Amino acid sequence: MSELKAFTSANHPTRRWRKIKDRLIETVLFLAACSSVFVTMGIVYVLVSESLPFFENVSFTEFLTGREWTPMFSDAKFGIRPLVAGTFMATFIAVCVAIPLGTIVSAYLSEYLKPSAREILKPVLELLAAVPSVVYGYFALLFVTPMLQKIMPNLGGFSILSAGIVMGIMIIPYVSSLSEDAMGAVPAHLREASAALGSTKFQTTLRVVIPSAFSGISSAYVLGISRALGETMVVAIAAGMQPNLTLDPSEPAATITAFIVQVSLGDLPHGSIGYQSIYVAGLTLLVLTLIFNILGMWIKNQIQEKE
Amino acid sequence: MEQSMVQTQTARLLREPMSDVDIARNLKWRRMKNFMFSVVGLLTLLFAICTLLALFIDLAMTGVPRISAEFFTNFPSRFPEKAGILSAWVGSLAVMITTAVVAIPIGVAAGIYLEEYAPKNFFTKIIELNIINLAGVPSITFGLMALGLFVYKFKFGQSILTAGMTLGLLVLPIVIVTTREAIRTIPNSIREASFGLGASHWQTIQHHVLPYSSGGILTGVIISLSRAIGETAPLITIGALTFIAFLPTAPVSDVFPYVSFQWLHDAFTVMPIQMFNWVSRPQQEFHVNAAATGTVLLVMTLLMNGVAIYIRYRFRRRMKW
Repeated sequence: MSELKAFTSANHPTRRWRKIKDRLIETVLFLAACSSVFVTMGIVYVLVSESLPFFENVSFTEFLTGREWTPMFSDAKFGIRPLVAGTFMATFIAVCVAIPLGTIVSAYLSEYLKPSAREILKPVLELLAAVPSVVYGYFALLFVTPMLQKIMPNLGGFSILSAGIVMGIMIIPYVSSLSEDAMGAVPAHLREASAALGSTKFQTTLRVVIPSAFSGISSAYVLGISRALGETMVVAIAAGMQPNLTLDPSEPAATITAFIVQVSLGDLPHGSIGYQSIYVAGLTLLVLTLIFNILGMWIKNQIQEKE
Repeated sequence: MEQSMVQTQTARLLREPMSDVDIARNLKWRRMKNFMFSVVGLLTLLFAICTLLALFIDLAMTGVPRISAEFFTNFPSRFPEKAGILSAWVGSLAVMITTAVVAIPIGVAAGIYLEEYAPKNFFTKIIELNIINLAGVPSITFGLMALGLFVYKFKFGQSILTAGMTLGLLVLPIVIVTTREAIRTIPNSIREASFGLGASHWQTIQHHVLPYSSGGILTGVIISLSRAIGETAPLITIGALTFIAFLPTAPVSDVFPYVSFQWLHDAFTVMPIQMFNWVSRPQQEFHVNAAATGTVLLVMTLLMNGVAIYIRYRFRRRMKW
């Protein structure tokens, strides 16, 4: 009895040790949680510090307004516009594929299928996102491009079109999975009320479920778009790697990511202008992604305020 | 605006009610649209799944005939028929092990902290927002960070260590998020029962929270590794060489101290980079090699995902609180 009493007192060595151990462990876990902040700081620090010397050699106006990007030529030109245009075009095509298909699939999964079928089909669909992007690159170059060439005979071996389409298929699960989650979270009584008023399932989906889930669906779209912006291997393999300021999707072009890959494949001395240019390109990409994410968050807030 | 539209519609209907014929026609049309959407939905779903199948079949038809024992035991070569993926799969394995060693402890620890310890304050909110944002950062950006920081600042070189750390940090958000989700499913009554018996916070986590959520955590770990095994862009950025005709130093040897970590500092290549290298060449024969590598890669990824789905399914069925 006295032993138990001693143990329950706060100053018993076992209890003191346990308390110290608990605090130690908590500190270690806290540091682990902070690591993600360090990673972000590391990314921003490296991108900014390695890009700054670039702007000592190239004026900011030339960077933003120049129409040519040829950092590896002897007559180097540093206008980011062709790369940004290529990135946007590939993303646009991907989004044109992924958003309609992803939304239809998610509505179908969530509203039309039995839960047991959904349970099986959703993971299968998510496998589309698990396929390595280099495999998608192979698929775009050696399966989709030849197929498109049958429809459009003057399409070259490399085009932003086929890269964009394949990228779109790749991000369908990002759009559909999150959208389906959002639609699944719509309370059942809303559906029941709509059905009681005589709506068909389609009317309920279109006028009740999708509008009430739209803030979740919009985050799915934003995630899909940022994936497409940062996707690298598909465009590096299937879109060719020449920077090309064009609006014709059947032409080859380079995206920001493809440029970084192209330069990294060669041997690059630390501190050279070519080395700095990939950091500038990376920083531009990060800023673009950030802008899209902020825009998405803003739209989401607007929708939520309306509700 | 929508509301006023509904009002005028209602008003019109009250003034001139629909005849039975109209109602029947309206109903038929609405049912038709409903049916059409279910067909479109099914077709879209089938399209997505068929694409996955087409990709797999196209790759396997070209690649499988090329896969033989020599394909796994030969180094890459100038001659397509002699080339193999020995250095690539060994490299992938080594990088995966390093990635797991970096990502699992940090990710699981961070997940535990955020679910079990973190106070609800501004700083916690920043960490949470940061993890969400980090998951959306393009993977190639991690490669640029690693090139500037690990390769040039810390002088790790273009080595397996750099690659493993890069991929480890890349998949960290996935591990953290899935760990948190797994821990969140454990009801509070379990923790309260443990505290009630006098266990400390860490004892509760160690003996109850972690074992019960291990299925979910394992799922997350496998999914993150399957993501890492297919990552190409960040590794190209840190300067992973594409032509490696040697293996990393063996981790065990017969001289003292028997275990060596020299392999961490060796140059390497991985399967996706080898595939990228082969697919970028114009010759048809190398494309066949690329398809074979792709088949191996795809089978590995799908297997890992299948195992993850299975574990999740098993745990969901077993765990009934």
